[in-house]
Amino acid sequence: METLFKKRQERLNIFKKMRNQEIISPKKEIPDHLFTSCPHCHANLVTAQLAKNLYVCPQCGHHFRLSARQRINQIIDEGTFKESDKYAQTENAHEFVGYQEKLKLSYQKSGLLEGVVTGYGKINKQNVCIAVMDASFMMGSMGHVVGDKITRLIETAEKKHFPLIIFCTSGGARMQEGIISLMQMAKTSQALKRFKEAQNLYISVLCDPTTGGVSASFAMLGDIMIAEPKALIGFAGKRVIEKTINEKLPEDFQTAEFLMEHGFLDMIVKRDEMKSVLAKLIKIHGGAHGSTAKITNDQRA
Amino acid sequence: MDLQQRLQMISELEQQAKITTDNQALGLLNAKIKIMKQQAFENLSAWDRVFLARHPNRSKFHDYLPLLFNDFIELHGDRCFGDDASMITGLAYFHDLPITIIAQAKGNDLSSNLKYNFGMNNPWGYRKAIRIAKQAEKFRRPIITFVDTPGAYPGKTAEENGQAMAIADCLATFSNLKVPVICVVLSEGGSGGALALSIADRIVMLENAIYSILSPEGFASILWKDESRYKEAAEAMKLTAYDLKELGIIDHIIKEPKGGVQQDLQSVVNMLDHYISQELNQLIKTRPTVLLNARYEKFRRIGTI
Ligand SMILES: [Zn+2]
Repeated sequence: METLFKKRQERLNIFKKMRNQEIISPKKEIPDHLFTSCPHCHANLVTAQLAKNLYVCPQCGHHFRLSARQRINQIIDEGTFKESDKYAQTENAHEFVGYQEKLKLSYQKSGLLEGVVTGYGKINKQNVCIAVMDASFMMGSMGHVVGDKITRLIETAEKKHFPLIIFCTSGGARMQEGIISLMQMAKTSQALKRFKEAQNLYISVLCDPTTGGVSASFAMLGDIMIAEPKALIGFAGKRVIEKTINEKLPEDFQTAEFLMEHGFLDMIVKRDEMKSVLAKLIKIHGGAHGSTAKITNDQRA
Repeated sequence: MDLQQRLQMISELEQQAKITTDNQALGLLNAKIKIMKQQAFENLSAWDRVFLARHPNRSKFHDYLPLLFNDFIELHGDRCFGDDASMITGLAYFHDLPITIIAQAKGNDLSSNLKYNFGMNNPWGYRKAIRIAKQAEKFRRPIITFVDTPGAYPGKTAEENGQAMAIADCLATFSNLKVPVICVVLSEGGSGGALALSIADRIVMLENAIYSILSPEGFASILWKDESRYKEAAEAMKLTAYDLKELGIIDHIIKEPKGGVQQDLQSVVNMLDHYISQELNQLIKTRPTVLLNARYEKFRRIGTI
């Protein structure tokens, strides 16, 4: 009887795996095209070399947008990443006309079931909880699955007392989910507040683009605020602002450099230095044991 | 025909009645007007409520202030950059209880609307709200917030001063305030700018107020690339008080008189007064840790996987 049940369970698991693989085809590290054109300097780059260069243009330093998987491969020690809520996906998309089709397109385009990958792993052997958003999934917009996955990660990080890193890249709220999407701003922000009040470290890394409801919630609440060079970061859209104030905005408006100049970032970090900067920051905060920066008697003496 | 068109028709008939000399025709006209007036406010669509929520004559925070509270003392400034006129903060008595008020203000004509920036706050407005909220916590005063904004101001100076961060800080700060917070949505609750004052233990909404992720016009333009579909957007967005009550986003609805709150503000104030009294009485007896956990759960359960 028991073996029969076990067998059934195994078959069910295989079926589950197959079903999931059907939707989540592993995205290739290197795109099909041999050459990639840099959107900034228009240089024709060999894609394989571009990948080796962490998707930074060797000519002009333009940081290409990364998929969540690419980012995790660059940041997390090999073989240490454990993904959480991997199969979480929107169940009620039929409630809004056209949403289901949009999601299906995004599954194919991104190889993901939602706009954020969450989990834990190690950075230079130090434990971290990490969330990485993916702009190729509906512009990384925050629906309830994104909001809840991030909230659950924050709560896990608090329980484990791990440092938390979120790589943000998002156009903002997910319009199709309306008010529920808006409320994810409240949910993630309050979870972060609790996490931070408990002496935990939160590093927010703003990537291109970070705007709207995501910028006005968890993205801007880092103990340490980092951005990638030239990333677009802001609340309102540039066109909306231009229309409101009836004025042309400068070229560098809402760039990482602009935010740095106005005092909203701790640092702008190039991609090839990102991992080592994060590792140093985690280390000085006491690593994964938490930030119990007590001065011992020895140190005082 | 939507509400605006129905009202337009009534006023046209009224004009006609003024110049009608024939007694019989006038009688008929008046009877028609009477019936139309009776029916005008029945079966309101979501868009009709948007129309009422944005109506220029709709009561604003300043109309409620003397009716709900005594001895208001206004406090100004964010201690950092400036004083946002569209974020009114201060102290007052609610019955005998000292409380803190944080309110979004709109004007009722062009000059006052320019002063209040049409209810759109700047970062120094949200930072003023944070400062005053922390002060309330220090002196153990409950906070009552009033939401009435089309959204945060999309301006150049606003971005230069960290509009996104100011709102995010508001959300985080209010989630952790160890005093009761009651949020009253008066008319328009637009996006993150409204959410900034909505992290509360109770959210109460006027019957014809709206609360949404974006304006219906903006929603139609972004999602369907067609701003003219705003009425359709309003229906799809679930932005009325009844929709939001059903979704569990808000706690209570205050009924409005026919034609909107401005027709009988006192009756709405009475109901609001009763609701706030009743809820505050309960909330001020609640231990801070219990209060904070309940507030956390209130938002935690929205859209779980
Ligand atoms: Zn280039």
